[in-house]
Amino acid sequence: MNRLTPRTLVAAATLALIAPLAAAQGAKLKVGFMLPYSGTFSALGNAIENGFRLQVAEQGGKLAGREIEFVKVDDESDPAKATDNVNKLIKRDNVDVIVGTVHSGVAMAMARAAKESGTMLIVPNAGADAVTGPMCAPHIFRTSFSNWQNAYAMGAVVAKQEKKKKAITITWKYAAGEEMQNAFKEGFEKEGGEVVKTLTLPFPNVEFQALLTEIAAAKPDAVFAFFAGGGAVKFVKDYAAAGLNKTIPLYGPGFLTDGTLEAQGDTAQGMLTTLHYADNLNTPRDNAFRLAYAKTYKLQPDVYAVQGYDAAQVLAIGLTAVKGDISKKAEFAAAVEKAKIDSPRGAFTLSKAHNPVQDIYLRKVDGKENKVVGVAAKALADPARGCKL
Amino acid sequence: MDVATFLVQCLNSVQYGLLLFLVASGLTLIFGIMGVINLAHGSFYMLGAYLAFSLAPAFGDQFLLMLATGVLLSAVFGYLLEWAFFSFLYQREHLQQVLMTYALILVFEELRSILVGNDVHGVKVPPWLDGSFSLGGLMSYPWYRLFASAACVLLAVALYLVVNRTRLGMMIRAGASNRDMVRGLGIDVTRLYRIVFAGGVALAALAGMIAAPMSSVYPGMGGSVLIVCFVVVVIGGIGSITGALIASLLVGFVDTFGKVFFAELSGMGIYVLMAIILIWRPEGLLGRKT
Repeated sequence: MNRLTPRTLVAAATLALIAPLAAAQGAKLKVGFMLPYSGTFSALGNAIENGFRLQVAEQGGKLAGREIEFVKVDDESDPAKATDNVNKLIKRDNVDVIVGTVHSGVAMAMARAAKESGTMLIVPNAGADAVTGPMCAPHIFRTSFSNWQNAYAMGAVVAKQEKKKKAITITWKYAAGEEMQNAFKEGFEKEGGEVVKTLTLPFPNVEFQALLTEIAAAKPDAVFAFFAGGGAVKFVKDYAAAGLNKTIPLYGPGFLTDGTLEAQGDTAQGMLTTLHYADNLNTPRDNAFRLAYAKTYKLQPDVYAVQGYDAAQVLAIGLTAVKGDISKKAEFAAAVEKAKIDSPRGAFTLSKAHNPVQDIYLRKVDGKENKVVGVAAKALADPARGCKL
Repeated sequence: MDVATFLVQCLNSVQYGLLLFLVASGLTLIFGIMGVINLAHGSFYMLGAYLAFSLAPAFGDQFLLMLATGVLLSAVFGYLLEWAFFSFLYQREHLQQVLMTYALILVFEELRSILVGNDVHGVKVPPWLDGSFSLGGLMSYPWYRLFASAACVLLAVALYLVVNRTRLGMMIRAGASNRDMVRGLGIDVTRLYRIVFAGGVALAALAGMIAAPMSSVYPGMGGSVLIVCFVVVVIGGIGSITGALIASLLVGFVDTFGKVFFAELSGMGIYVLMAIILIWRPEGLLGRKT
């Protein structure tokens, strides 16, 4: 009987590392997940992977007749490690397709690496406008949204439907916040409103009291806010605690109230937000997806699961068109651009820059759900500024 | 800015400053007296917030009883932590202290993730503090925020009395100025340190518990607090409770008015303040010259 010595451990670990490499010599298609599996966004990363795997399972475990092999890298939502991490997938694991990620800063590094190496990239969340703007490429796709889309739609609704004239915007001072602030302003002012003040605070500061006092003093007709996670919860609660929700309605992109309603409690009730998904779409497609997801994972799906699911759909469509030969990138892209993606959120197409052209829903917080009350913008396409495709 | 707005902003500043003081006072005690750079201090703040979240359902309306229980639990936790880890750090270099306390941050975050998960949680304001009062028609101000400020003032006074008027306080102050002499006088420094450390942890946890209903409870909440607290400690002078109080209020004012008047640069405000004060007084406002 061998004793477990450090040396045997090392040998075993080496074998474990080599084994999958040897197996990869077959005709399997290598899909590399680069997602956050630790840290604040880990739940999102898992939901995306679950969604992706669910779609592959529904296709019988194969896409266009090719078996799929998954490789995973935890990106930790850390832009500083992003280039190293994505190169692990491209150079070490030699993957055919990269799927990732949640954090926009990390996604930008991934897009850059994918552009240089020519590896196919499908972005299942990160909303940075630039991914399908200046960074756009024939082999880079996004199945989620651009920051511009949700905020622009909200701006138009607040001016046109809610008939507000003067608005203040408030967000963290970082790329996503600024993109949403500008897009809201664009939509709002196009419909005759005026953004009288843009307030920012450093990321991820959550001391809102000073700026809430400024809002109270300025007395605008509406406030547009973008925060996420803990910041979203605290902002909505502080806004209500200051009594502002009674006098000045608060609007925002869906992230302000998605996955946070439990913690926000009563303070978020009645709020209007815009997003490309909602809790009670109640279409046969969405119901079937939700049922299958709940059965497989014993979890309710969210918007991130949908985006992961659709990433696999895009891959399946492209792969079928090129009969599994992923090196034919131009044909792959042409097929995807022509296709209608049958998403649980509602069918959508991809624009020339490969961002979804999709309906943006107007949702109202009711109890623990973000319920659809209408469509804020029909088949909204990102302007893809800076894209030369 | 009219007078009413200005006054509300002053109230915001004081309120933020007082809460900072509560976290920073524990840090300055540990830093100044034991000479340990404790990066994990923010984790104790987070620990408090999560304690409030998990204790709240069991205690219902008994908010004060919950605070007391939480303080007791965290003090015991601090005592054990000092015994298990920190007692080995006093003779080591600062680099080793930083490495270990940083490791503790990672451990605490992971434990938090395993035990409570990564979701954001809210903690209900106790019913008797629910509601708000109107501030000159401008906006309403929650009673709970006022309660939090009052609690912080009360604690500041209590802390002052303990440090300046009791035997324990005398030993703490003596320990801060000359460790070896205190030991030479026959005082059990090991035990003294353990008590101070437990007290520091309890203060941070208490701040976390008080802040929880206002700020909600979320992963990584300790990190942001930690950095501001180090700024407070450095401005106030390492080891000085009074200095920490003045510095907290200063930081509160600079942060609040910085956000209002210099939104673009507001992230820098408190660091500029720190730089100015360090140029003027390298040992901090009330720190001793070394």
